[in-house]
Amino acid sequence: MRFSATVSVRLRGGIADPEGATIERALSALGIDAVHNVRAGRSFLFEVEASSLEEATSIAEDLAGRLLANPVMEDHDVKVEAK
Amino acid sequence: MTKAAVVVFPGSNCEHDAVSGLEVAGATATLVWHTEQDLSGFDLVVLPGGFAHGDYLRPGALARISPVMDAVSAFALRGGPVVGVCNGFQVLTEAGLLPGALQKNNHLSFNCEDSMLIVANDRSSLTRGVAKGTRLSIPINHFSGSYVCDDETLQRLQDHDQVVLRYEVNPNGSLDDIAGVCNEAGNVVGLMPHPERACSNLLGSTDGLVLLRALVEASVFA
Repeated sequence: MRFSATVSVRLRGGIADPEGATIERALSALGIDAVHNVRAGRSFLFEVEASSLEEATSIAEDLAGRLLANPVMEDHDVKVEAK
Repeated sequence: MTKAAVVVFPGSNCEHDAVSGLEVAGATATLVWHTEQDLSGFDLVVLPGGFAHGDYLRPGALARISPVMDAVSAFALRGGPVVGVCNGFQVLTEAGLLPGALQKNNHLSFNCEDSMLIVANDRSSLTRGVAKGTRLSIPINHFSGSYVCDDETLQRLQDHDQVVLRYEVNPNGSLDDIAGVCNEAGNVVGLMPHPERACSNLLGSTDGLVLLRALVEASVFA
């Protein structure tokens, strides 16, 4: 079976995020004052061939933890669903 | 004569400067493509600066799974001197051969300038015999040079004398002004500044040779 996976990666909470902070500073130029605590990150979308949702999730988790995110400075979330 | 391997990843761009600097420091240096799996016969290994594998994903993240990295790890495990300069430092942290990580500069600007460094440790393969407190003018050239690690790791680095170089004026938000660190044994070193670009008076400084000569000498004892 084919599953679709989304892995979101962002800097860990305690680590300064200059990109997020710069985006947040730019918001006032757009007249948006209601938005706070912007954190920048990235998403990876891919498909996984597996026999169950559990297996697909475990493959995606493994990929996220070993390659897509650097656990020294980043957190990640994994979302997997049947296609 | 000391034999140095300078590893070339697709996207490395400081390998020829590294070869030239190592030769001025008294070694013979050979370029080694990243698919090489055998580093026996070399006395020291340098991972040069650049943008290995385009710096895609994160600087160093893809380079650390290049075939050569198993040989680099084995070489380091045997106590051989391994030095990562700039992108090479990023590769060594991604490979887990050095603690911590390099994050984007805190001001999000690319740093390209001379930096004044202070030698913080005199036992690493890059600073053995160089007095602590020695000031060295060596250029930096990076976007992701801000050293980060958790509090526990920082404490361990300080307790075990693993901070090799500090910036006199912090250019990028690096924790504890860190410009370079080593592993606990001291044979694996990573630094953001480029000693190979400070090996000639014509280029403004020969302070890089202080480090490269120490490295070439360290490899004799390894």
